[in-house]
Amino acid sequence: MVSQPHGGRLVRRVAHGRRRERLLEEAQGMPQLELDDTRAADVANIAHGAYSPLEGFLTEEDYESVLLHMRLSNDLPWPIPIVLDTPSEAARDWGVGDEIALTHRGRMLAVMSVEDIYAWDRAEYAERVYRTTDPGHPGVAKLGEMGGLLVGGRLELLEEPPEPFQALRLWPIETRVLFRERGWRTIVAFQTRNVPHLGHEYVQKAALTFTDGLLIHPLVGWKKPGDFRDEVIIRAYEELIRHYYPPNSVVLSVLRMQMRYAGPREAVFHAIVRKNYGATHFIVGRDHAGVGSYYGPYEAWDIFREFPDLGITPLFIRESFYCTKCGGMVNEKICPHGDEHRIRISGTKLRSLLANKQMPPETMMRREVAQVVMEFDNPFTE
Amino acid sequence: MSGERVQVTIRKDLVEKARKFIEEQGGFDSLEEFLDFVLETVLEEEGPGSEMSEEDEEKVKERLRALGYM
Ligand SMILES: [Zn+2]
Repeated sequence: MVSQPHGGRLVRRVAHGRRRERLLEEAQGMPQLELDDTRAADVANIAHGAYSPLEGFLTEEDYESVLLHMRLSNDLPWPIPIVLDTPSEAARDWGVGDEIALTHRGRMLAVMSVEDIYAWDRAEYAERVYRTTDPGHPGVAKLGEMGGLLVGGRLELLEEPPEPFQALRLWPIETRVLFRERGWRTIVAFQTRNVPHLGHEYVQKAALTFTDGLLIHPLVGWKKPGDFRDEVIIRAYEELIRHYYPPNSVVLSVLRMQMRYAGPREAVFHAIVRKNYGATHFIVGRDHAGVGSYYGPYEAWDIFREFPDLGITPLFIRESFYCTKCGGMVNEKICPHGDEHRIRISGTKLRSLLANKQMPPETMMRREVAQVVMEFDNPFTE
Repeated sequence: MSGERVQVTIRKDLVEKARKFIEEQGGFDSLEEFLDFVLETVLEEEGPGSEMSEEDEEKVKERLRALGYM
């Protein structure tokens, strides 16, 4: 069976029909808060159950609990605060119990019942979630752009935010139906923000060997400068799947959500979201969601020990490399040969080759994938 | 949404309260409209609504087919 949603019930906070019309009308008279693309995506993710059991942005009690214990106040694992910030001035007049309208690019997006308005401490947030207050950390830097007050409360979606990758965007209810229709009982999810090299392919196929299906689930949305652009990642995966995956074993879909680079905590969060999409297994990479050298390479594996009640099985698959003696992709655990036989895949090397339009060796990246990436003038975000 | 209506009985004190609410808060032209809204809200929000209806499921499948997933 596909995974039960986190907390037991798939959240749906999308208004339909007459109720939606009425709420749209009422929203005209409510105080309005304009959201950026990232927060609008969070609203849609909440409303469609990707963040089940959240029905809105965190209230202070949950926020504190998430910071301190990596759990909601009801003890359910939840390591990353999903919060709505606002410039202090705007919220000063709102009271608990008020309804506010959330807008995005000037359009009505959602209505939200204010359950809580509270101040937060950026340094504490950074220290807890990112384990650093260094503004050189891209997640910490993002905190600096946020408003001084957080607003918690349940919301209801009125209008879908625009999605450039509409044809690849599936909601949890859709992947769940899809998995069931395909007869998949075990589904392994792969989180990515990279174009696939042979190491990624190997890890996915190793997991797929003993599961029914693979969900390749790239994040689209804000990423730090220098990361691959969303459309490059998607095109690269489409090409890889076309040439090297049985179509009936794999689903490629996008998840619009910001990267936080919070390493271990974010790895657990990534797993929870994929659980909501119906995945039973989740591949946790080396230095998953890490950046620079803020986290140890296997910290993202260790943290899962603290969550025996997660409800999705993490798969820790070692970094792979090409071994000339074995004659294929292998990892430390299965290859006895020395370094002289091993061709390690370096992300940095690959990026520089691709940036200079040089074909990487076939022991690192599929030719078809590299070609697609090199068709883009600049495959990286700025 | 079917426009057909049926009669039900409701506790009198609740009706009084509802009328008073409509008078004070506005937004509804009649007691019937108010009651329709309240029931729709409760049924959509709190009811077993998270269970998909067959109609919802068919819509999901249609989209999955249109996108080539099924
Ligand atoms: Zn070997």
